[in-house]
Amino acid sequence: MLIAGTAISIALIGWYILSWVVSFPPTVRASTSGGTASVTFQTVAAFGHQPHPDWVSYLVQNSQGKWVHSTVVQVPANSTVKITIMNYDGASGLRNPFWARPRGVVGGVEYVDGKALNVANPDEASHTFAIPDMGVSVEVPGVTDTAPNQCSTTPCQTSMAHRTITFTIRTGKPGHYRWQCFVPCAAGTQNGFGGPMQTVGWMDGYLNVT
Amino acid sequence: MNESTDKPIDLRKIVAVWLVLSVIGVLAMVFGLGPHMPPGADTAQAKSQRDANIIIAAILTPITIGLFVYFGYALTTFRQRGEVIEDGPPIHGDSQLQGTWVIGTIMIVLFLAAYGTYALFATESSASGAGGGQGPELISAAPSGALEVQVVAQQWQFTFRYPQYGGFETTELVLPAGRTVVFHVTSLDVIHGFWAYQLGVKIDAVPGTDNVADVTPHKIGTFSVHCAELCGVWHGSMASTGHVVSSSRFATWIGQQQASLAPVTKLLPPYHSIYFPDPVVRAG
Repeated sequence: MLIAGTAISIALIGWYILSWVVSFPPTVRASTSGGTASVTFQTVAAFGHQPHPDWVSYLVQNSQGKWVHSTVVQVPANSTVKITIMNYDGASGLRNPFWARPRGVVGGVEYVDGKALNVANPDEASHTFAIPDMGVSVEVPGVTDTAPNQCSTTPCQTSMAHRTITFTIRTGKPGHYRWQCFVPCAAGTQNGFGGPMQTVGWMDGYLNVT
Repeated sequence: MNESTDKPIDLRKIVAVWLVLSVIGVLAMVFGLGPHMPPGADTAQAKSQRDANIIIAAILTPITIGLFVYFGYALTTFRQRGEVIEDGPPIHGDSQLQGTWVIGTIMIVLFLAAYGTYALFATESSASGAGGGQGPELISAAPSGALEVQVVAQQWQFTFRYPQYGGFETTELVLPAGRTVVFHVTSLDVIHGFWAYQLGVKIDAVPGTDNVADVTPHKIGTFSVHCAELCGVWHGSMASTGHVVSSSRFATWIGQQQASLAPVTKLLPPYHSIYFPDPVVRAG
């Protein structure tokens, strides 16, 4: 009985560790061209698939153009990285309007649907893309509630209602830099701070600078 | 062997060894390790905490040495050397030993309580002062001309507002040397902890609450800022570096921040001791 109990306990612990390891999101390499790396994300209100179909999430496009459910991205060190975020999610507003100003980006501006902004409208914020240790923070405005053809599941198509946010950052020395969203956007969790806001692969990720 | 005559001899040996080692240990603790104990002596508050650590360590040293001396003596003197193992004689109540233990423990606890209370209420002019940190009022009033800095905690970064300079908000914490700083600490989401380690300041950041503490940094240089309350997945990364600079450099920095942050400062809510926002629309 004792041996059986011990074996079951070890098996359960092993299963838990293994499931954690295999569930960690894959790393997606940035595509590079002419010395500039490029990363394209899309942000959706609901992932639409298991294990959490109703969780808000980022997805990232790999070099073959396929959308991957991950927030772990590899970019080159000491280089310029152009980041594009296609946001299909609605606006919920910034809790702290301070994050409405693009920080740590080349030129001090972000482009929203092609328009350069040195400060965005905090009430239009859907998310932020922030890398605190690199001093980067960019507001991601959302689509209006009345916009037609809204996306409800991933991957969203560019024909659907979305905002396009682009900005450029300069990477420094190699390292693992966490990135996050500052908007409490996890609908259905306490004050919007649970679930996807606390989980790498959804609204948190790593920028692996190599 | 005669148990009644051996017991005092054993006790005298143990006490003698304990006394010698305790004197050496306490001196080493106070004068050797003490000056290097955290959090240092960059501010009066930090020095007060370091002194408390030294005192506690000095009290614990003879207690710890006593345990190890007795343990070592018992292992070497009373060990079985091949004889048949038998239970020792039953020990009945020793009122002298019990009394010493209880009274000694009470004295240590009362001393630490009295010392802690003194350190908490003492003013900085008496080279102590804990500054508060658990409510909207300081234990003693800050001097006039003190710099007010609001610490705004949010998952997972601290930002800082300077209400006396137009209320701008920044991710940098820069303080002038030699000027008392009053920290107003609050949170926008969950409970965090603002821990400016080398300054000796550690304050809970609670949503809807304004916790206040003061400190006067003197040493120009940097200090580390950490979150001291488990606050979510990136709690371990919620850290930054603060700077203590000269008055002239501080004035220059203030001017630069006011100018560069002007576009976003006008979007900020008016300065207030707390910001407990309405429920997030979509979070429900």
